[in-house]
Amino acid sequence: MKELLTDSVYFGVAVSLAAYFIGVKCREKWDFPLMNPLLIAMILVIVLLLVCRIPFETYSNGAKYITYFLTPATVCFAVPLYRQLQILKKNMAAVLAGILCGCLAHAFIIVGMGWCLGIQDTLLFSILPKSVTTAIALGISEEIGGVTAVTVVGVTVAGLSGSILGPTLFRWFHIEEAEAQGLAMGTASHAVGTSRAVELGEVQGAMSSLAIVVTGILTVVIGPWAASLIR
Amino acid sequence: MIDMKYIFQLGIICSVSLAGELLHTLLPFPVPASVYGLVLMFLLLCTGLVKLSWIEETADYFLLIMPLLFIEPSVRLMTSVELIRGSVLSLLALCMVSWAVVIVVTGRVTQAVIRQRKKREAMRSAKEE
Repeated sequence: MKELLTDSVYFGVAVSLAAYFIGVKCREKWDFPLMNPLLIAMILVIVLLLVCRIPFETYSNGAKYITYFLTPATVCFAVPLYRQLQILKKNMAAVLAGILCGCLAHAFIIVGMGWCLGIQDTLLFSILPKSVTTAIALGISEEIGGVTAVTVVGVTVAGLSGSILGPTLFRWFHIEEAEAQGLAMGTASHAVGTSRAVELGEVQGAMSSLAIVVTGILTVVIGPWAASLIR
Repeated sequence: MIDMKYIFQLGIICSVSLAGELLHTLLPFPVPASVYGLVLMFLLLCTGLVKLSWIEETADYFLLIMPLLFIEPSVRLMTSVELIRGSVLSLLALCMVSWAVVIVVTGRVTQAVIRQRKKREAMRSAKEE
């Protein structure tokens, strides 16, 4: 009976959709950062597979078809970037300087601290692109030889950190300009940080959504370079 | 007549994705196909070859449901337990520290550039008066 269910490719698809649906409902009911729909869905599916002793491959056999939409979905990031074109032009110098410094600092910290802590190279490759939105991070991780599953978790941690601790760090380090807050949030915590930045103000939201895409594109260049430092 | 709007929008987005895949295969750089597609789509919008209204609704929908596409890659974590066992804590520490460094560095640098520009603008308007 169990095999009849799991043999179908729709098993993985249905389980993923149901888990995500529950995740979204939980976020609607209890609105706090740890109620992240992706995090909830991931835990639900893993628990289900472990409890029912279903191998990951059986689930992935169907669920992987959802992920086929990743490339067209990433292409769609051109739309918010295009909508922010005027703001991008006006703040070009600040945007490029801020994001470039942030991305470089991120790469150096990971390479340096990773070496000090003696973390395996594969794991470092996996978290090098973690500031970037998942869609682009997965692509970079694959290119430089990381483990994509670890990348997804790293990206989620970065997003939740921004959502929970972002405004506190702004206070501690006297980051007061709206443009700077938005850009920092988008560069460090991608889309999850952006949804928090929107709450801080309209300028913060616009700068943050612009930072997601610019950070993604810059990390495509910086990531492989930093990986070559580790090798 | 049936409304073909979404088919048309999806068609454009998938065509640009296809072009991204082609660039990924043909060019030697370690750039994901999706990022080639993203830059290409941005250029098409900027040059006006593709109008925003041609892709807008479908693009917004894709962005809205995006986390759904990451469930399978994140559940894959259960297959890498051996790899991360032993480095979970140091990995988590590294994630938190590097996150804090990025948000502070980007915030402070951007703030410095913005304040410099505002000072210049204030001086210019003071001169004009």
